[in-house]
Amino acid sequence: MSDETQFFDEMFGSGTDARAPYKRYSDWFSNEDPKGLMKEAKEAESFFRRTGITFNVYGQADAEERLIPFDIVPRIISGKEWARLAKGVEQRVRAINAFLHDIYHRQEILRAGRVPKELIARNEAFLPLMMGVEPPGGIYTHIVGVDLVRTSENEFFVLEDNARTPSGVSYMLENREMMLQMFPELFGKMKVQPVSGYPTALRSSLAATMPPDPSPDQTVAILTPGIHNSAYFEHAFLADHMGVELVEGSDLRVVDGRIAMRTTKGYKPIDVIYRRVDDEYLDPLNFNPDSLLGVPGIFDVYRAGRITIANAPGTGIADDKAIYSYMPDIVEFYTGEKAILQNVPTWRCSDPEALAYVLDHLDELVVKEVHGSGGYGMLVGPAASKRELAQFRAKLEAKPEGYIAQPTLALSTVPILTKAGLAPRHVDLRPFALFSPEGVTLTPGGLTRVALKAGSLVVNSSQGGGTKDTWVLEDD
Amino acid sequence: MRLTINYTSTYQFDEPVHYGLQQIRLTPKSRIGQEVLDWDVRIDQGRVETQFSDHHANEVSLVSIAADAMAVKVTARGTVETQDLNGVVGRQKGFVPLWLFQRSTDLTRASLNVRNIAKGLKDAHDDDIALLHALSERILSAVPYRIGATDAATTADGAIESGAGVCQDHAHIFIAAARAMGYPARYVSGFLMMNDTDHQEATHAWAEAHIDGIGWVGFDVSNGISPDDRYVRIATGLDYRDAAPISGLRFGSGDERLSVDLIVAQQ
Repeated sequence: MSDETQFFDEMFGSGTDARAPYKRYSDWFSNEDPKGLMKEAKEAESFFRRTGITFNVYGQADAEERLIPFDIVPRIISGKEWARLAKGVEQRVRAINAFLHDIYHRQEILRAGRVPKELIARNEAFLPLMMGVEPPGGIYTHIVGVDLVRTSENEFFVLEDNARTPSGVSYMLENREMMLQMFPELFGKMKVQPVSGYPTALRSSLAATMPPDPSPDQTVAILTPGIHNSAYFEHAFLADHMGVELVEGSDLRVVDGRIAMRTTKGYKPIDVIYRRVDDEYLDPLNFNPDSLLGVPGIFDVYRAGRITIANAPGTGIADDKAIYSYMPDIVEFYTGEKAILQNVPTWRCSDPEALAYVLDHLDELVVKEVHGSGGYGMLVGPAASKRELAQFRAKLEAKPEGYIAQPTLALSTVPILTKAGLAPRHVDLRPFALFSPEGVTLTPGGLTRVALKAGSLVVNSSQGGGTKDTWVLEDD
Repeated sequence: MRLTINYTSTYQFDEPVHYGLQQIRLTPKSRIGQEVLDWDVRIDQGRVETQFSDHHANEVSLVSIAADAMAVKVTARGTVETQDLNGVVGRQKGFVPLWLFQRSTDLTRASLNVRNIAKGLKDAHDDDIALLHALSERILSAVPYRIGATDAATTADGAIESGAGVCQDHAHIFIAAARAMGYPARYVSGFLMMNDTDHQEATHAWAEAHIDGIGWVGFDVSNGISPDDRYVRIATGLDYRDAAPISGLRFGSGDERLSVDLIVAQQ
């Protein structure tokens, strides 16, 4: 028996009978011919290729656009399970927003000693230019992707908070579209909550966060770095589905005190910009002067209260991995409640005692770069070779403050379809929360990422992970 | 002392400018030691798009250059009543925490050269103000005032390397060294009336260090003194980039030439 037994499988639990949310799916599946399903899965892949959902994988020699593999077995969550997650995500989103407002104003949490000052003072994601800025509607994090993992029937952990520009929502929408086309009969048998309202919800949520004196048309636009960006497809996809303009920095300039886009009828002001350009490149007049992707003067216009930037500049300070370890305190400080969603215990390697422990247990731990993302530059101790461990040890000793470590979590599994039938693979979940003065909107679903290699715990698409459709059921 | 100030900056372009922006910080505020009696900023061949108060409470105007302009002229003039407070300008106000002024910036890195200039000062002085004046003297002797040895992008370290510099470089070296010794320090841009003439070379720059119990205290390295009633503060920040009177960006080829005319006179 392999050590697979210690992992919680979301379809079968620890037994052989399907858990309640999967019951109907399992009944349906047992009457299907796996070979026929495999053939349909192949067709799905070729459809994705034609429609153009691809993803650039950094660090791959040929740098070719690659398809994120799609698995046709859905990840199913009951309405009751979801309700609890939704409450936890909402609490977290509100706490993160309150934290950002505080950090860029009175810094009460630092004065109270609940988060060490050095963590902000030495942090590159902290943006001094945001001090005292009042973002429209008080909203910093219009869109948040909270990465969750499950370890048992009732245990969910937050792995990280993505408060800058969480990507992947186009997969949530396209995967569902694909499943609806492939298995219409399944959606007749099971009450799956729709995700198709997301683009409309995003547009409404952004429109509810207009600057104080918007232009008559109240225009929303998406700012993309351009076609060479790995997520360009998503930018274009969202603009199309939201019915808003997709613009690049070179289309925009300052006109009559606003940011305006070039149109055939002259310049038209933009009131809310959903930017998919990082802070550093957003404005060459205020930040990196060499940036060709940004909009000169947009930050001045923002400070004058004439445009909404979503997410607000400087939000990166809230999804920093070193700040993450303080999230339970942050939630309690601003909401007065205990965090509903658990944090993964985290060793901050800047602390000498923690570093000593991490170096002693390197082969059991997951070590991440504080500012890293996308699964790059991380070590999964149990899966690493002796050489990789030695290399990482040297990196940690050279720059301990650049790393955090966490226990290797027993991530839950959901089956994927393989030639040999269903086989369990580890998954995580990124639901997408929208925040405006009208409240938090959480689309029932999300991006389920799945490690396609048996036993692998790294689900990032840049590391060979795939995706699944995520079904949240309406409870009977 | 009542000072009248008349400042003009003219940018002349070799080629017409298709699109360009300038961030202008040329409005002094009434505060401890100075009262602005009247003030006016005018832009020829440009328009004020928007105005705001930045995180250091500087008044900022975002100006767009008129399409196809061959020149832009920025004029600032007014009258300011000043007091000699030995450089003391009061406590830190607003949201920006003091610790922010202990962070180094690209222009104010605590390089080996910078740390060498500060070496031994802490042991030699018990008094903060005496220590910082000693630092100021060391900087001026290591980096005497000379125009042309450095440019607007020169770092504190670069100015020490080149062995000469202007007020901006002196302020950057002072800030870098003061921060390395644990003092919050900031950059100040302003006007100065030199004693022997009404016509001044350009706007001036100096540094301020924060001393516990006293607050911010100014040090003008280039002139070896703390600012008195001949000085008018315009803007402050972590370094030149935060407090520059004019910074800009333009699209279009060709070079530009800047000419500055500044009169600061006692009324």
